[in-house]
Amino acid sequence: MLVGVLALQGAFAAHQRALAECGVLTRQVRVSADLDGIDALVMPGGESTTMSHLLTTSGLFDPLAERIRDGLAVFGTCAGMILLAREVLDGRPDQRSLAAIDITVRRNGYGRQVDSFEADITIDSLAAPFHAVFIRAPKVERIGPAVQVIAAHDDVPVFAREGRVFVASFHPELTPDPRLHSLFLQEV
Amino acid sequence: MSSVESSSARATGTYPVKRGLAEMLKGGVIMDVVNSEQAKIAEDAGACAVMALERVPADIRRDGGVARMSDPDMIDAIKASVSIPVMAKVRIGHFVEAQILEALGVDFIDESEVLTPADEAHHIDKFKFTVPFVCGATNLGEALRRISEGACMIRSKGEAGTGNIVEAVRHLRSIIGDMRKITQADSAELFDWAKKLQAPLPLVQEIAETGWLPVPMFCAGGIATPADAALAMQLGAEAVFVGSGIFKSDEPAPRAKAIVEATTHFRDAHILAKVSRGLGTPMTGIGMDEINQRYADRGW
Repeated sequence: MLVGVLALQGAFAAHQRALAECGVLTRQVRVSADLDGIDALVMPGGESTTMSHLLTTSGLFDPLAERIRDGLAVFGTCAGMILLAREVLDGRPDQRSLAAIDITVRRNGYGRQVDSFEADITIDSLAAPFHAVFIRAPKVERIGPAVQVIAAHDDVPVFAREGRVFVASFHPELTPDPRLHSLFLQEV
Repeated sequence: MSSVESSSARATGTYPVKRGLAEMLKGGVIMDVVNSEQAKIAEDAGACAVMALERVPADIRRDGGVARMSDPDMIDAIKASVSIPVMAKVRIGHFVEAQILEALGVDFIDESEVLTPADEAHHIDKFKFTVPFVCGATNLGEALRRISEGACMIRSKGEAGTGNIVEAVRHLRSIIGDMRKITQADSAELFDWAKKLQAPLPLVQEIAETGWLPVPMFCAGGIATPADAALAMQLGAEAVFVGSGIFKSDEPAPRAKAIVEATTHFRDAHILAKVSRGLGTPMTGIGMDEINQRYADRGW
């Protein structure tokens, strides 16, 4: 199995480490040719406005949108979640999103860096809680009927899926615990 | 809103949370800006963060005098004008300037040699803060001393305000070259490395194991072109800071965009050639033998 990791900007190297620990090969994705032959894609945390800008300038936006429509399994964390959301609040007017999961997210909805935090979250299919790190995280403000919430913190969804599209508002790549990556890979 | 079990405990200002933001800035460009207009140009161009300061290093160099933390009004104006992270600088050792910036809610503090040092022996105890810090380094020992004081990101210092990449290259090669050598050292030699570097042994042992610093390392000081940014990235920097190089050039907006693209596609010479075209004149720049104050020498 070959898993692409969007490498325009952000914490892509940390995702590659976590995926390698799960025993899969990874490839950095920067231009559309990099999408050829990948079985799944991880979209990392970072700055969503930067990534949105680079998705356009690199010519990656449309081919990626098409692959996702055709059923590519995708896991977006933090900025990656923003890029996959149907609706983005407090974004830039020219910010583009792939509208692959029917949720509304507010950028930096938990506040600035001084409000960034870590917390344990409970996931039904995992025996022990997962330790989640939230960095200037987006906040989910609406979920569509087809979206399944897998975990919540303070009654706000933080990990969800719609079909083969998974999103988390926190950073599973920042903790040495590959369970969420494994969980995603099981669905690929 | 949700039927799943939901907890509510949380911890802020922890080391993973502070280091996490540094991780998110990797692969990006952090741009020096002196007002809201420049901050917007930076955000439009795809900057992953801005550094708010009153004068870019080239002007500090020209004007002389004491360079200090920026006016809180100016930092607030920049925070209000963009949605990306906002960094700001404090003088080396000036922990009260840092307390003020934390109270203002800046996202990252740069304890910077570009400002006039406030303490000639001590850097700030950065563990005491909720906000993360970045510090400059010219060599591995300096980088590890800053990390042992709580820095969550290291940037090679280069020589700010010169538009000359030579010092950044020297510092990156020194830091990364020594890390390579340490990975080849046997366990007994690590004690000598710690002594030579004047750095804590556990950090040296960690490098021997992982081959890299325990925090991200970015490049700063002297980047003026897309090729400069890609050079820093190919040498091993994980992101770049661009100070005077953008807003001291003829056409800041296209140059800013080009440097962002060059930092992402740093190994693709065809893309680098494409984005290097038609950018107007870069900042003039100065040779190292023409300057009388090396900012990189500040830091202990």
